[in-house]
Amino acid sequence: MEKRVTFKGIWLPILLVAPQIIITAIFFFYPAGQAIWQSLYIPDPFGLSMQWVGLGNFEYLAGDPYYRTSFITTAIFSILVTVVSMGVALYLAVLADRLIKGSGAYRTLLIWPYAVAPAVAGVLWLFMFNTRVGVVAWYLGVLGYDWNHVLNEGEAMGLVVVASAWGRISYNFLFFLAGLQAIPKSVIEAAAIDGARFWTRFRTIVWPLLSPTTFFLMVVNIIYAFFETFGVIHTITSGGPQQATTILVYKVFADGFVGQDLGSSAAQSVVLLVLVSILTVVQFKFVERRVHY
Amino acid sequence: MAQQNGMVEKRGAGLWLTHLGLIIGVAFIFFPIWLAFVASTVEQQQIARPPMPLLPGDKLFENYARALSAGVNAPVAQMLGNSLVMALGIALGKIAISLLSAFAIVYFRFPGRKLFFWLIFLTLMLPVEVRIVPTYEVIANFGMLNSYQGLILPLIASATATFLFRQFFMTVPDELAEAARVDGAGPMRFFFDILLPMSRTNIAALFVILFIYGWNQYLWPLLITTDPDMNTIVMGIKQMFPSGDDTADWPVIMATSILAMIPPVLVVVGMQKLFIRGLVESEK
Amino acid sequence: MATVTLKNLRKSFGKTEVIHGVDIDIQDGEFIVIVGPSGCGKSTLLRMVAGLETVTSGEVGIDGRVVNDVEPMERDIAMVFQNYALYPHMSVFDNMAYGLKIGKTPKSEIETRVAQAAKMLQLEPYLARKPRELSGGQRQRVAMGRAIVRKPAVFLFDEPLSNLDAKLRVQMRLEIKALQRELGVTSLYVTHDQVEAMTLADRMIVMNGGVADQIGAPLDVYADPQTAFVAGFIGSPPTNFIEPALIGQTGAAQIGIRPEHMQITQSGQVEGSVAYAEALGAETLVHLRLAQGQMITVRQDASHPIPQEGDTVALEWAAQSLMRFDQAGKRLAD
Repeated sequence: MEKRVTFKGIWLPILLVAPQIIITAIFFFYPAGQAIWQSLYIPDPFGLSMQWVGLGNFEYLAGDPYYRTSFITTAIFSILVTVVSMGVALYLAVLADRLIKGSGAYRTLLIWPYAVAPAVAGVLWLFMFNTRVGVVAWYLGVLGYDWNHVLNEGEAMGLVVVASAWGRISYNFLFFLAGLQAIPKSVIEAAAIDGARFWTRFRTIVWPLLSPTTFFLMVVNIIYAFFETFGVIHTITSGGPQQATTILVYKVFADGFVGQDLGSSAAQSVVLLVLVSILTVVQFKFVERRVHY
Repeated sequence: MAQQNGMVEKRGAGLWLTHLGLIIGVAFIFFPIWLAFVASTVEQQQIARPPMPLLPGDKLFENYARALSAGVNAPVAQMLGNSLVMALGIALGKIAISLLSAFAIVYFRFPGRKLFFWLIFLTLMLPVEVRIVPTYEVIANFGMLNSYQGLILPLIASATATFLFRQFFMTVPDELAEAARVDGAGPMRFFFDILLPMSRTNIAALFVILFIYGWNQYLWPLLITTDPDMNTIVMGIKQMFPSGDDTADWPVIMATSILAMIPPVLVVVGMQKLFIRGLVESEK
Repeated sequence: MATVTLKNLRKSFGKTEVIHGVDIDIQDGEFIVIVGPSGCGKSTLLRMVAGLETVTSGEVGIDGRVVNDVEPMERDIAMVFQNYALYPHMSVFDNMAYGLKIGKTPKSEIETRVAQAAKMLQLEPYLARKPRELSGGQRQRVAMGRAIVRKPAVFLFDEPLSNLDAKLRVQMRLEIKALQRELGVTSLYVTHDQVEAMTLADRMIVMNGGVADQIGAPLDVYADPQTAFVAGFIGSPPTNFIEPALIGQTGAAQIGIRPEHMQITQSGQVEGSVAYAEALGAETLVHLRLAQGQMITVRQDASHPIPQEGDTVALEWAAQSLMRFDQAGKRLAD
């Protein structure tokens, strides 16, 4: 797609793109290049020089059981976050879509969590489940369940999943509601005349027609779970216990800044880079398709 | 939508069940926020001896005043200011550079235009988290640790907004640019007099999204602001927890959490229409 | 006010030449209509005069000055676009005043000129409105007002009426003509509608495939088309084209004769059967099938009897109303 009309001049447009070019070059391309370059070296023990190791860092990662565990943790975490937050959002969107009046009021209330930073969401949930003062943890204790996410790996994972999913419900809700409202009501009425009850209508008509939205949200939520949940994990578990909640992004941070293992951290960055590129391509492929109709 | 609902519309018991379902949902969504609010209005002792009350206490002003003026490491008012500068800087900075470069790639033909286009396309793929270590080094080398530039610049180095504006500019009829040329408007005059006013809604929608994006940043300020005076509020909360959590000052921490939420919530709820539009557009 | 001169004007997009050399001298105050089917290059020609397209070769002269490399605003022209191109965020007043503001015209002068134009175009009640609050006809008037306030040497119109409904089109056509008479500004007007061309033009340029097939006063073009294309394009219903052999002619590739130049009679030069007759009230269009299956349209006055479908009738015409064309479509001398 090109404009028929253009203005003359060469220096003016170059001047116009210059700010973005300069900022992108310094703060994007240079660091991204550095990450790739560093992933091929290891620093000597004194940090004075770098030694070329080729793909050594990657081979090391492939053989590192901690890294493999982190991969699996990330997969489980992402799937759970996506399923939980999309499930709740779909449930709420279907209900809101059934209302004629008042769905706007619910929408206003339900978009709040979008504005809450993941790190703040982490603090809120940590507060509820805090082993000493947490209200929910306390009531669970009354019911005879001894909650302790500081020690229990499963509980820690559950907590970061719920806190991460919570913050994402608004976003999914808005897209699901828009998707539901885009389904022509006549189609649903026709099914109702054919005698399909609510659940049948949902299963056979609404859900298939909603599938583009669902697929789009799946990809976007997985990307979210990969990268934007750092704040949740850092505030609630700091990757523990026993690295049970150390997802890949957290490990880049932990190895690079806490562990000062730059070569490995850079190699991990490159792996993430490849993963996110794949996800982005999938997303774009899909978006292309969506644009066409 | 409303007027077309017709026979699938729920009446009587079904309608109430729908409302009930939604109310339960809203309650679930709001419970953590409510609890934080309650905690920010009571005394430390009431929290330290669980279960804490579920209705607000009378220490609201006291707790918030304490948080704003003293905080734990730095006064929360200071951190709020830092967050505001960062969020505004990212939102306005990104909108400004994106408008200019989108204008250039849509309305001019210049050498390197295609290359530039693909370069910024690449930036769509990489969140800051992926290139975090080298970006940190760049900022450190520039001496930008603990500075607003350091907080802002790396986060505007991405092209989402450029794409959005390019998309919008492509839909502006060619005849408008021609009419402006016949009227004697040069490119920049056209940009400021016609293109910019026509982009108002898009700019506002994008502003909402970017403001929240900037406000809610966590990892980046955590890395580069070692000086408590430069902390942003979102990252500052975690810094308020002492190493052993039994002495955590919960009322102040929760008051801070509420304060951290208020600006973005106001923006989202107050500009709801623009926000939803911005959200849907930016994902297209 | 000014003359406009086009000298061997050519335009290529890449390797494809779309305008193959157009020449015309336009007098001061003349109303020129450029007419032709879509894709004939008429808009490109206009846009070259406007300065919105570059000139590949040849010359565009305005008031004796070659303006090939002059920016649109410095050509002293004003243009009315097909979709009006009103600035959506500006009021009617600001839309009209924008060019003057850029030209640093004093404020009082701007107000006077906009007020004058608004009065002329009956836009006075709408000056504070935004374009989206106006009807199609009103938007059209604003677009014209924007052109008028500039007091340009030349008006350029790019299919300005094609977005209006039929009734409004007729009304605006008359208004444009009256306005141009009143202001006396040299005008170039592009349209694909031959009725607009016939009614508006002092002279018209009939474009076909990037070539000006004929330039002349509307009635001259109608009476004496220089090519088969012009004969077919100008006039409604269009000219009939007949195999010369069918009517005993030789020395031409095809023969053209206008529907209004034939009469249905008892015995004539050629016979045909009536396929159908369209009675339009004042006139009747009779569609005939000739022996070889060729269709021909005859236009007759309502005073003539309407033939029945299936009737066999004869046709006759005056010899001088035949138009003879060669293989390439060029008119042959009679």
